[in-house]
Amino acid sequence: MWLKFEPRAEPSRLMTYLSPLLAVGLMFLSGLLLFWVLGKDPIEGFRVFFLYPMRDAYSIAELFLKATPLMLCAVGLSVGFKANVWNIGAEGQLLIGALAGGWVALRFEHSTSPFLLPAMILAGAVGGMLWAAIPAFLRTRFNANEILTSLMLVYVAELVVSWLVHGPWKDPDGFNFPQTKVFSAAATLPLMLAGTRVNIALLFALGALVAGWVFMNRSFLGYQMKVAGQAENAGRYAGFSARRSVWFGMLAGGAMAGIAGIAEVAGPVGQITEKISPGYGFAAMIVAFVGRLSPIGILFSSLLMAILYVGGEQAQQYLSLPSSISKVFQGMLLFFLLGSDVFINFRPRFVRRRK
Amino acid sequence: MTNQTPETPRLAIKGIRKVYPSVVANDGIDLTVMPGEIHAVLGENGAGKSTLMKVIYGVIRPDEGEILWEGQAVTVPNPAQARALGIGMVFQHFSLFETLTVVQNVALALPGDFDLPALAKRIEEVSERYGLPVDPRRLVHALSVGERQRVEIIRCLLQNPRLLILDEPTSVLTPQAVRKLFETLRKLASEGVSILYISHKLDEIQELCHRATVLRGGRVTGTCIPSQETPKTMARMMIGEDLPACSHGEPGAEGELRLELISLDHPTDDPFGTQLRNICLQVRSGEIVGIAGVSGNGQQELLRAISGEEAVRDHHAVRVCGQDVGHLNPARRRTLGMCFVPEERLGRGAVPRLTLTENALLTAHRKGMLSGGLIRFKVAQRFAEDCIARFDVKCGGAGSEAKSLSGGNLQKFIVGREIMQDPKLLVLAQPTWGVDVGAASFIRRSLLELRSSGTAILVISEELEELFEICDRMVVIAKGTLSPSTATSETDVEEIGMWMSGMWPGAAEQDGAPHVA
Repeated sequence: MWLKFEPRAEPSRLMTYLSPLLAVGLMFLSGLLLFWVLGKDPIEGFRVFFLYPMRDAYSIAELFLKATPLMLCAVGLSVGFKANVWNIGAEGQLLIGALAGGWVALRFEHSTSPFLLPAMILAGAVGGMLWAAIPAFLRTRFNANEILTSLMLVYVAELVVSWLVHGPWKDPDGFNFPQTKVFSAAATLPLMLAGTRVNIALLFALGALVAGWVFMNRSFLGYQMKVAGQAENAGRYAGFSARRSVWFGMLAGGAMAGIAGIAEVAGPVGQITEKISPGYGFAAMIVAFVGRLSPIGILFSSLLMAILYVGGEQAQQYLSLPSSISKVFQGMLLFFLLGSDVFINFRPRFVRRRK
Repeated sequence: MTNQTPETPRLAIKGIRKVYPSVVANDGIDLTVMPGEIHAVLGENGAGKSTLMKVIYGVIRPDEGEILWEGQAVTVPNPAQARALGIGMVFQHFSLFETLTVVQNVALALPGDFDLPALAKRIEEVSERYGLPVDPRRLVHALSVGERQRVEIIRCLLQNPRLLILDEPTSVLTPQAVRKLFETLRKLASEGVSILYISHKLDEIQELCHRATVLRGGRVTGTCIPSQETPKTMARMMIGEDLPACSHGEPGAEGELRLELISLDHPTDDPFGTQLRNICLQVRSGEIVGIAGVSGNGQQELLRAISGEEAVRDHHAVRVCGQDVGHLNPARRRTLGMCFVPEERLGRGAVPRLTLTENALLTAHRKGMLSGGLIRFKVAQRFAEDCIARFDVKCGGAGSEAKSLSGGNLQKFIVGREIMQDPKLLVLAQPTWGVDVGAASFIRRSLLELRSSGTAILVISEELEELFEICDRMVVIAKGTLSPSTATSETDVEEIGMWMSGMWPGAAEQDGAPHVA
């Protein structure tokens, strides 16, 4: 017997939504296998990794805290992805956004103005957009592949952060640690719930999801980007500008990533350090695809991804596994998702081997 | 000429059935072809002709039915096996490598070692014997469409086929080239080669074929001897009903200038594209102007320059409703009142995975479907529903995806969408290509009505009959240049066919071969 994949007459809508669930299921199963291979009790591993992160109100609040930057980045990226604009550099845009907003916080460190935070957030968005504008310009002007340019700019951004916190921006009273001064109270995002670390950035993220939904489903520009992504020639025929799609897709991703960046440094981190983001910008791409590029899906997939982050920390603490275990799970999730997506356009069939 | 001797048929197929996920393409088809017979397979698009031929040539396997080759039951698992039996096929879309020479292309299709000089000699022999002149040493991309078809035929003939299948062979030829092809086919038939001739052109079948099998909806609806039928009776077998006549009416008084091309020169980036040279054309309100020509002579390039999908260097060379538009994109040209129906429906005229409502938005969003950058879906849906009703689009409703419609129905939707925007100027490319006869006649009548209401219409088509049916004036495009215009009533197929080879009065010396047979 051979397993054969036959093209479907039409892509299966059911599989479009079932595929992420299938991927999550397969990730759970291989996770159990992985714990077993590593000599841990699989049931205990599962409990620590996936259930501990949801054990009490504080833990759930932590999930929302981690999900916030993921939601912001993913919703911004999905705007571009819908139009086949492949911004792989959200991580870099997040870092530059954090730097731009952080600069405002450090420059006006004695200010108590209520406009300080809005100014920081605005600066964060602009910083992310500027970083995203570089690949957008290279693509529209020289037709340079934005996948490569945006990805390479991530490493440039990381080095810029590193240089600033080791050099010009280093806290003089910081015992030589590579970090800036701690932001003032006026430059820190207010908490939403006492006793947790969740701050009002979560509201921005939820607002971004709503705005993203309206943009993609109700606005004409969102429609144009969808057309550009699905049938480039139809977009050209209708006279929709391909350049505008590229610019808008890149800038939307950059702005959201920039806001995520400033929300991290003005939120749980409280200063600029070398480790602002544990790869949120990259994980957000997985979040966007698991969420089927739809804001509602992204809401759930960002929480799932947050579990992987928190679960990794828990596994480190209780199972003495390295923290990179959460990256392994992220990788498995993406791998199984891409595999399951085959079923959207193909149906499996067993055929008898030919003589 | 018919072969009357009672012998075993060269090919007999019985009860062929082929089912695809969404459609029964062939449903119990019987067909016999005698040696030396030219047998027509007649039917509209989607009738199952191509599927049947692919079954015979081994490209696809039937679900049921048997094939008898010279009395023996055979299975044809692949085209190589078909060729070994003696079946050759010339496809509608050529399968030649453009960067290779003729002889190299032929060598690739033949079994055994390459001996190019010897093969070149054989090609010359065959081409002389059957009146198929072609130089074996030329590169394929430099050949005209007619010449490429000859290469395909020669490639089949070198394998001494006893059955030759031709799929819509004349759709790319000038009337003169068609006549030459028919001579070749008659000569082959007189030598005992059987020919399966697939077409929907009734006059050709009457002229050439000994017998005809008519398909409709995957079934055989009749067999006939074309010489004893009229086009009308064969059309009825093919469509199942009579066609309403298309009344042309008189052109109105000279209207205002809606489209003007002034010495348009346009180089192409595509190495196999056609450069447009010194194109002058005027289209006025209340008239239909047709551009005839063999495909690949600059139609694509001209359309993109008019629609704005490609900007033109000289802003003044293209004028729409009195304004220079050479530098404007399609959206801004549409704002001036231009609408456009492209020849590709899925992927250009419509987005396959979007609903008809969403596809209405693609170009008709100016009809009050937007407010403050947001989409008014109710308005778009009403527009799509109107269009479906007015243009008799058969579909599941405004919420159906564009790709779920048949080619003809999608074309009716696209034409309807453009007409319902009340264009001042409507440009159409191949408006009825691949559309069934009923829908085609409906589209033509709609265009005539639109003309009478004062719209300027430009039609680019490779179907001469269609242009003669609807146009007030005609021009011909050949090698990227345009002939003078002539009133349709003052010309005929002969003259236009001549012009299609680039030979019109006062034509400039062509560099290189004209892009025709």
